Amino acid sequence: MGYERQIDLGTPEVRSDSTVTCTIDGRDVTVPAGTTVMRAAALSGGSIPKLCATDNLKQFGSCRLCLVEIDGMRGTPASCTTPVAQGMQVHTHTPRLEKLRRGVMELYISDHPLDCLTCSANNDCELQDQAAAVGLRDVRFGYEGDNHLGAATDTSNPYFDFDPSKCIVCSRCVRACDEVQGTFALTIDGRGFASKVSAGLGGDDYLSSECVSCGACVQACPTATLQEKTVKAIGKPERAVVTTCAYCGVGCTFRAEMRGEQIVRMVPWKDGKANHGHSCVKGRFAWGYAQHQERILSPMIRESIDQPWREVSWDEALTYTAAKLNQIRDRHGRNALGGITSSRCTNEETFLVQKLVRAGFGTNNVDTCARVCHSPTGYGLKTTFGTSAGTQDFDSVEDSDVILVIGANPTDAHPVFGSRMKQRLRKGAKLIVIDPRKTDLVRSPHITADFHLPLRPGTNVAVLTAMAHVIVTEGLANEAFIRERCDWDEYSHWAEFVSQERNSPEFLSPVIGVDASAIRGAARLYATGGNGAIYYGLGVTEHSQGSSTVMAIANLAMATGNIGRRGVGVNPLRGQNNVQGACDMGSFPHELSGYRHVSDGAARALFEAEWGVKIDPEPGMRIPNMLDAAVDGAFKAIYIQGEDILQSDPDTRHVAAGLAAMECVIVHDLFLNETANYAHVFLPGSTFLEKNGTFTNAERRIQPVRKVMEPLNGYEDWQVTQRLAQAMGLDWNYTHPSEIMDEIARLTPTFSGVNYARLDAEGSLQWPVNDKAPDGSPIMHIDGFVRGKGKFVVTDYVPTDERTGPRFPLLLTTGRILSQYNVGAQTRRTANVAWHAEDLLEIHPTDAENRGLKSGDWVRLASRSGETTLRAQVTDRVAPGVVYTTFHHPETQANVVTTDYSDWATNCPEYKVTAVQVTPSNGPSEWQEDYAAQATQSRRIVAEPAE
Amino acid sequence: MSAMTTDKLVYMANQIARNMALDADPVAVVADHIAAFWTPRMKELIFAHGSDGLDPIAAKALARLEKGREPAPQTRATDPHAHGADAG
Ligand code: SF4
Ligand code: SF4
Ligand code: SF4
Ligand code: FES
Repeated sequence: MGYERQIDLGTPEVRSDSTVTCTIDGRDVTVPAGTTVMRAAALSGGSIPKLCATDNLKQFGSCRLCLVEIDGMRGTPASCTTPVAQGMQVHTHTPRLEKLRRGVMELYISDHPLDCLTCSANNDCELQDQAAAVGLRDVRFGYEGDNHLGAATDTSNPYFDFDPSKCIVCSRCVRACDEVQGTFALTIDGRGFASKVSAGLGGDDYLSSECVSCGACVQACPTATLQEKTVKAIGKPERAVVTTCAYCGVGCTFRAEMRGEQIVRMVPWKDGKANHGHSCVKGRFAWGYAQHQERILSPMIRESIDQPWREVSWDEALTYTAAKLNQIRDRHGRNALGGITSSRCTNEETFLVQKLVRAGFGTNNVDTCARVCHSPTGYGLKTTFGTSAGTQDFDSVEDSDVILVIGANPTDAHPVFGSRMKQRLRKGAKLIVIDPRKTDLVRSPHITADFHLPLRPGTNVAVLTAMAHVIVTEGLANEAFIRERCDWDEYSHWAEFVSQERNSPEFLSPVIGVDASAIRGAARLYATGGNGAIYYGLGVTEHSQGSSTVMAIANLAMATGNIGRRGVGVNPLRGQNNVQGACDMGSFPHELSGYRHVSDGAARALFEAEWGVKIDPEPGMRIPNMLDAAVDGAFKAIYIQGEDILQSDPDTRHVAAGLAAMECVIVHDLFLNETANYAHVFLPGSTFLEKNGTFTNAERRIQPVRKVMEPLNGYEDWQVTQRLAQAMGLDWNYTHPSEIMDEIARLTPTFSGVNYARLDAEGSLQWPVNDKAPDGSPIMHIDGFVRGKGKFVVTDYVPTDERTGPRFPLLLTTGRILSQYNVGAQTRRTANVAWHAEDLLEIHPTDAENRGLKSGDWVRLASRSGETTLRAQVTDRVAPGVVYTTFHHPETQANVVTTDYSDWATNCPEYKVTAVQVTPSNGPSEWQEDYAAQATQSRRIVAEPAE
Repeated sequence: MSAMTTDKLVYMANQIARNMALDADPVAVVADHIAAFWTPRMKELIFAHGSDGLDPIAAKALARLEKGREPAPQTRATDPHAHGADAG
């Protein structure tokens, strides 16, 4: 595809049941009622000059460039603010209009530098285009008058510059920040000629302001005032390829705008159905890691982990690895082997890794990093509703009246959806936040939570059961829905349980640490406030009762009838970009793709016929079981694609011991990650920019990932897995990932209608896509639950075994922040470190004072498992008794501190609750020092390849 | 086999039992859960260990599994054939 700017219809789409027809420049056009003349003209193929209007912002009517003449109407109304009427006759180009427009343009240009030829936006500037469109030839006011040409450029943001001398004060940037992003970081200061755009308060620059660097203002700016630094450095793009962000579960689609093999910029794609043209700092700007100098591009092997790495050819690496794996299988049996798939890789790559494990290694020992994040979602939603996925699409939030957010921080972890949610909240939806921390949502510009329940970490089930108590005992349950859609006996058993006095808010309040009246209020609001939608994240799943909490959420939704239509539902906010997909693709040791248990003979038979091998009917090992078995000497080899279990999994010392006990650890990744310190084989991976495939986002939306440049390491990841399979003697011959998707569709009933041709034509598909739902399924469980009747499950509150006491009096909970991603392997290698250079420990002022701590001090953070050091940040975002940190940096090793307690049903680690003590410290802990020494030792690569 | 791993398995079985204790038929659901998610090696290890330290529900569930040895098809919650039946 060549380079063309994305089409801008000037004003947003209007949804209406009725249409009107008008005539524009002699052409008839029929549009939804309420559509503006500007948009109607654009839809009919015409174009009206404009500057202050753009189609993702509400019309503003300030520039007066878009004037038109309308028969029977006096004057020259602005087309961006005038709705079409039936039979209206519009003229967009008349001598009178042209004269008026030239006059307007002249004023703009007289205060604008005339360095178009050397401007980085040359040929990609709306001001320039519009000046040409109105036929501006000369500026009568001269350029000598007052102007802003000398204003200094603000270069503080690492990704874009703000050059006020080029600003035409159209306020598109300000409106984008308000309306689209919802951060309200920009203002227009002053009036008339003196007015100018400024970030934050006087004296702030972009970096020090509230700006979160989402890029919406940059995209909205019609001039070179706000522009990506890369455009200045590289030049105007020559082609654009639409692809999907590889960071989070929102799944924003982008145009990768390229010049040769170089990315000039990533611009959110307006037709993207998950993001509708918006983005966050990660997807928009933090792709620099793809070319980072630390990327490993040649395969490497070594006999033991105390040796330095030796670079070898692909052939040697794969032959060596295959021989090792075959040997271990012969000696120790097939169950001594296993693999881990990645939620960062494509569906096709994930499918191949689990196929290699099941069909090649001959075992079900395959697991995925979703184990440590959303495995309880899989278990809980499958048990209650019958399918392991969220029930809604993102757009559904537009119809929500009450939004309940529990254990999630969408503005940081799922920013683009967070912005959508905030748009709805600003329009009046009510908000309940259940979170130990005062997250941004609790209070942000024009949004205040109606209820914030700052519960003690680990008491989610107690709070949800107390809410259920209120709903049932106050007669707020939706009995008609329950009778029709759920198993009544199971409901009655559950209702009897939640009604017990020991589940009342008053009884549980001391445990939860929240007033009973607030719990009652929140329950009443959710049950009676109209469409109620629940959004949750890792603060729900990463607990010893993660699965119970997911089921408790499902219980609430069923009890109130909040399921099966727009505006309601149960929505897990997925962490990594392809968590949903990795789970769908059969990455769990007990399930084949499409969540069919390995003991299901009919499902196994399908795979056995297609693959020509027997599938083990017994479940395989989960990651923690593999590590335990390795320590026992029963598990010897592992193929890990795109995961850093040493950093992301709990109880780092135990992970290290397990890995160290294995004979063959194969790491397939971009960088020598922490796990690679224990690896014998390193296979270089490719980035999402270098491969074809698909990702599935949190709304079950399957979206294309397209290769925008050749893999620097030579192969896409699926090709590496295929070559390893071939080296082990398997007859695999895929020539393109589309063939893998065809196989997935043949074997997976929920994917049977999915193929690349349709994805290319339709942009995306939401599974299930099959005979019953040929166009996919934005909303699930409309007429009935996937499992038949919805199942109420009794979720008794069982306190975690991790308890505070005199030695460890504080509760640590962990999370993530906007600019960094997961273990940070990618974002740490970008300029995003400007916002998060290190992990900090948030501690309440009272706890800090008791320990003589102030912000910036080094502290020792110790638990029963281990200790680490980091700097403190004193803040009342956390309650007294609670401390909080992120885990984006390996030096911190926050998981040295987390314990190996885990969810009872899925073994998802209990990251959100660890009893700790915090004391002043003056430097890194012993483990950090030992670890640093081991890591340096382990990362050596011999300079000359050995013979 | 490692005592540590067996200790962990006992802990896991007890944790499952505690969380399913209020089900209408706790022994059945715990047995089902373990059959569906534990590997043969894990089951063998805990059978060999006996009922020491096990919660009564967990002990009964494991006894039932050991006697049957034929694992139940899967958790009762899991009905693979229903999948995709509701296309919304
Ligand atoms: S980058 Fe985003 S947050 Fe920052 S000022 Fe622009 S629109 Fe606002
Ligand atoms: S910075 Fe750009 S978008 Fe903002 S007012 Fe100036 S010209 Fe308009
Ligand atoms: S990280 Fe998430 S929200 Fe940000 S651009 Fe990527 S998909 Fe969108
Ligand atoms: S585009 Fe209509 S007034 Fe600016």
